[in-house]
Amino acid sequence: MKIAVCVKHVPDATVHKRIDPGTKRLDRSGEAAINPTDLNAVEEALRIKEAQGGEVVLVTLGPQKAADSLRKALAMGADRSVLVTDDAAAGSDLLGTSRVLAAALGREAPDLVLFGQASSDGDGAVLWAAVADRLRRPLVSQVASLTVDAGTVTGKRQTEHGYDVISAPLPAIVAVSDAINEPRYPSLKGIMGAKTKPQETLSLAEIGLTPDAVGDASAKTTVLDIGPPPSRGDQVKIEDDGSAAQRILDLILDRRLL
Amino acid sequence: MKFLVFLEHYEGKLEKGGLGVLGKAASLGEAIGAVIGPAASAAAARAGAFGASKVYALEDENLAPLPQPRIDALEELVSVTSADAVLFGASVLSADVAAGLAARLDAGLNWDLTDLELRDGELVGKRPALGDTVMVDVGWRESPRIALIRAGTFDPVESGGAADVEAFEKSYSDFSTLAALIGQTVEATSGPSIEEADIIVAGGRGLGSPEAFSLLEELAAALGGAVGATRAVVDAGWYPYSTQVGQTGKTVSPKLYIACGISGAIQHKVGMQGAGTIIAINKDPNAPIFDFCDVGVVGDLHQIVPKLTELVRASRA
Repeated sequence: MKIAVCVKHVPDATVHKRIDPGTKRLDRSGEAAINPTDLNAVEEALRIKEAQGGEVVLVTLGPQKAADSLRKALAMGADRSVLVTDDAAAGSDLLGTSRVLAAALGREAPDLVLFGQASSDGDGAVLWAAVADRLRRPLVSQVASLTVDAGTVTGKRQTEHGYDVISAPLPAIVAVSDAINEPRYPSLKGIMGAKTKPQETLSLAEIGLTPDAVGDASAKTTVLDIGPPPSRGDQVKIEDDGSAAQRILDLILDRRLL
Repeated sequence: MKFLVFLEHYEGKLEKGGLGVLGKAASLGEAIGAVIGPAASAAAARAGAFGASKVYALEDENLAPLPQPRIDALEELVSVTSADAVLFGASVLSADVAAGLAARLDAGLNWDLTDLELRDGELVGKRPALGDTVMVDVGWRESPRIALIRAGTFDPVESGGAADVEAFEKSYSDFSTLAALIGQTVEATSGPSIEEADIIVAGGRGLGSPEAFSLLEELAAALGGAVGATRAVVDAGWYPYSTQVGQTGKTVSPKLYIACGISGAIQHKVGMQGAGTIIAINKDPNAPIFDFCDVGVVGDLHQIVPKLTELVRASRA
């Protein structure tokens, strides 16, 4: 069983995120790490591998320094990583990014592709469906528990109304919810071992893409302007001195919310 | 501008999210609806009252609530209607449909939008970013434009119109029907569901124990509202998943949201920031929720909530 996990190198949670006013893109110059919910996908891949054997490959598009982030997931137990990095990829929107991942995944031909829930930098949870369409593979997303058995993947999919149980034949694309597991911490042995694991770096040409298929050249969306968010209006903060309940009721009645 | 709006339906009824987006589309141009799946035609007939000039219905009794066949169907409709833009109200299902359709059509997708407007005839979306600390205006370089609107952004507006319903058919791509529904669990709760409720009383880890949810249930009952929960307490088994508000749960936009013992993690915030009035009760004065509520009360919810319940009952008696 060959499992590919798509991960993203994002600004670290502790970094104050800003948008560069010149490029209108997220400033990615500071400390970075693997998107936290991608670790749930890595963890799930490792559990499948531990139960059934096989290989776990990390696949990402990002800057050269994403290799450092990948090492953390290698330390968890993944076998190797593939980083597609190319200056021409800067400014990719969903179309360019999904094209790169589809090409990199096509080259690996895994039985199962896993995605984590959503990236912490772009807020979007849209990439897997675009990749599934490009690869023409069945998709199961928002999966809170997963079993892989005899060429079939079965996932419990969280929806607004409860759970749907979905099955699909391999090869398939699965996006897991962060409720699926608790990612392990790398062991010291894992951290030491990660340093010698294969980390492949590929250019666009090496995955068969031309520069105009990615990056700003291929983007069909634009950022026009960046401004302050609308204010919620006046905020009131009160310390409860025994009168808070009455003050809340007064506000509810005042705003005719009952 | 001609808009094609994906109208999701559940148990024969069109969902509020799609209908709200439909009304917005009708205010900007021509709004055409698309309803796909079991009992589509019957559900589609209702869309005229919410702004659709025409509705296409793909009737398929056996269609599972999965994205890929819907991408095929919408691809066909974009071609048939020559729509300038395809709009979606965000949900677990529609996010995947929108993204898959973008790849299929090589069309730009902007997501998490909280408004749409026409600026010199061009469509512009508003997108809060970086945890809603900035507002980004986004556009599209060409047609068709695809937009995913944050859940709860637009309320459905009943205008009383009527729409022609036209049946259409589409054969699905070979890979689109490989994923199959083999089981389903619907979680039932008493009282109004959190998507429908005008008032939500929600609890987080600050409740201290699952038993403390009874305090919230009493307040919700007194207010005629529903009880919501954070992911932390749902994961801990204190309250059912169907009540979970947030990124991995539901996005709600009630008139009043009372957050009790909820710190206000981004995970939760994205699910409830569309509420009209947000009141937060938390004993930690530094809880992030105090940054995006209207009224923040620093105090012990175990004291305040029962007292508030009594006062609400008294005022309504």
